[in-house]
Amino acid sequence: MKISNYMKTLSPLFFSTALILLSMSSQAQDAATLLKKVKSIMDKVNDYEATGSMKTNVSFLKVPEAEVKIYFKKPNKLKIKNEKGISFVPKGAVSINLSSILNGNDYTIIDAGVDKIGGVDVRVIKLLPLDDNADVVLSTLYIDAANNIIKKAKTTTRLNGSYQLEMSYGKYVGYGLPDKIIFTFNTKDYKLPKGVTFDFDDGSETKKTASSTNKSGKAEIVFNTYLINKGVADANF
Amino acid sequence: MWNLLQIELFKISKRPRTYIAFAAIFAIVAIFQFAFKADGQSYMDLVLQSVKDSFELDKSKAINGYFMCYIILNTLLIQVPILVALIAADSISGEANMGTLRLLISKPISRTQLILVKFAAATIFTIFLLLWMAITALFMSLLVFGADDMLIFRVKGEESQIMQITKDDIMWRYFAAFGYATVALTVIAALSLFLSIFAENSIGPIIATVCIVIVCTIISNISVPIIDRNVKPFLFTSYLVGWKGFFYIATNADGVPIKGSLENWPAIRKSLFILIGHIVVIVWASVAVFNRKDILS
Repeated sequence: MKISNYMKTLSPLFFSTALILLSMSSQAQDAATLLKKVKSIMDKVNDYEATGSMKTNVSFLKVPEAEVKIYFKKPNKLKIKNEKGISFVPKGAVSINLSSILNGNDYTIIDAGVDKIGGVDVRVIKLLPLDDNADVVLSTLYIDAANNIIKKAKTTTRLNGSYQLEMSYGKYVGYGLPDKIIFTFNTKDYKLPKGVTFDFDDGSETKKTASSTNKSGKAEIVFNTYLINKGVADANF
Repeated sequence: MWNLLQIELFKISKRPRTYIAFAAIFAIVAIFQFAFKADGQSYMDLVLQSVKDSFELDKSKAINGYFMCYIILNTLLIQVPILVALIAADSISGEANMGTLRLLISKPISRTQLILVKFAAATIFTIFLLLWMAITALFMSLLVFGADDMLIFRVKGEESQIMQITKDDIMWRYFAAFGYATVALTVIAALSLFLSIFAENSIGPIIATVCIVIVCTIISNISVPIIDRNVKPFLFTSYLVGWKGFFYIATNADGVPIKGSLENWPAIRKSLFILIGHIVVIVWASVAVFNRKDILS
């Protein structure tokens, strides 16, 4: 009698715990499946040559918008070139190649729930590299599950700070290639020793704006055209 | 007046020291070009030291003809006043040294005319010197290094900045900068001429001019608030580097350079007027002193 009462009390607790565990396991499985779907779309692209414009917004850099060419080749070769002039390309910009984040299976997948980006529901998935010595410590992906595309990615590295990518998609959504990327990165303050340049002091004050103390920079790349899977020569990298 | 000017220019062209200035400029420019062609990337590494981990830059493109000319002018325009003084400081004292000054003023020309012609000849020499600089530092560099966008490294207040000017927006800035430099160096020519009135040989006024330029340049580059406020505005050397203002491009709210713009045109204009004011005052003083001078040699 006592055992039967005990079982009556325990069974709902047991079942609900089992249900939660089962649901967590199935969610994790869903996250892995979702990542596989995203990856399969990206795998359609072996290489591409894209044209676009790049706008860099860093407090100490006064540079014009640049017409750039972006070359990509599997597995992780990426080069941004300004063929008409000079461009300061953020070193972490190589991570705009999202397939490099998903390359291989050497990470633990954690389902971090759901969020909203621009009114669109997204799944939040965290990737923890299995290699203790890997430069990337954590990647967080915000995936539009309806279209199987990554809308936003945050990467924290051991040595090079954090990067954030925000993507907008258009006609190349079928290949998982964005029309626009906003790349946010960490940068150090630029210091040039005074006296080296003998500058003309025009008497104007430097406005100490928020952006001048902020050590993060932004690069906005708008893609105009993509030439996909037409072959890209290694000389471009 | 025109004949007198032609004679003065002929005299300048016959002096060997005139060509020393042209040879010196050519030598300095050639050494710079050779050094940057051989190892310009080290210079870029030095100036980009603090951001080289954050950004990638095609340094071979950054070291181009326009950038080279800016680097050369940055160095040379501090030394060129000495080369201008070599000729301008000889204007009156050289005649006194050779004993031709008394003969010269006995001719049917006024002393005022003589000083103005000497000043005009020194100015024309300065213009030729700058034209030579433009040919060697700008056009030769463009030939050797090619043309591309130009990077300007600058310290503004407490901030260091890197500005980029697109290649189709540079040439007019150089024309304007060389025009400004002509005015700036004409102040040196006027000063040398003024000092040469007091001497019997040209060594004294040359050394005096160089000393004045060096002392004033040092004071102009000292960053002490009391000197910044009370001394620098009255030194002509504070305005000699105003040519750089033509390369300080204005930017919009996002920090993007606005093509064809200047960051602070009123400051450049003010500097230009101050330099022209110096020329007028020094030449006027030269005329006044020379008209009262007893010519004994």
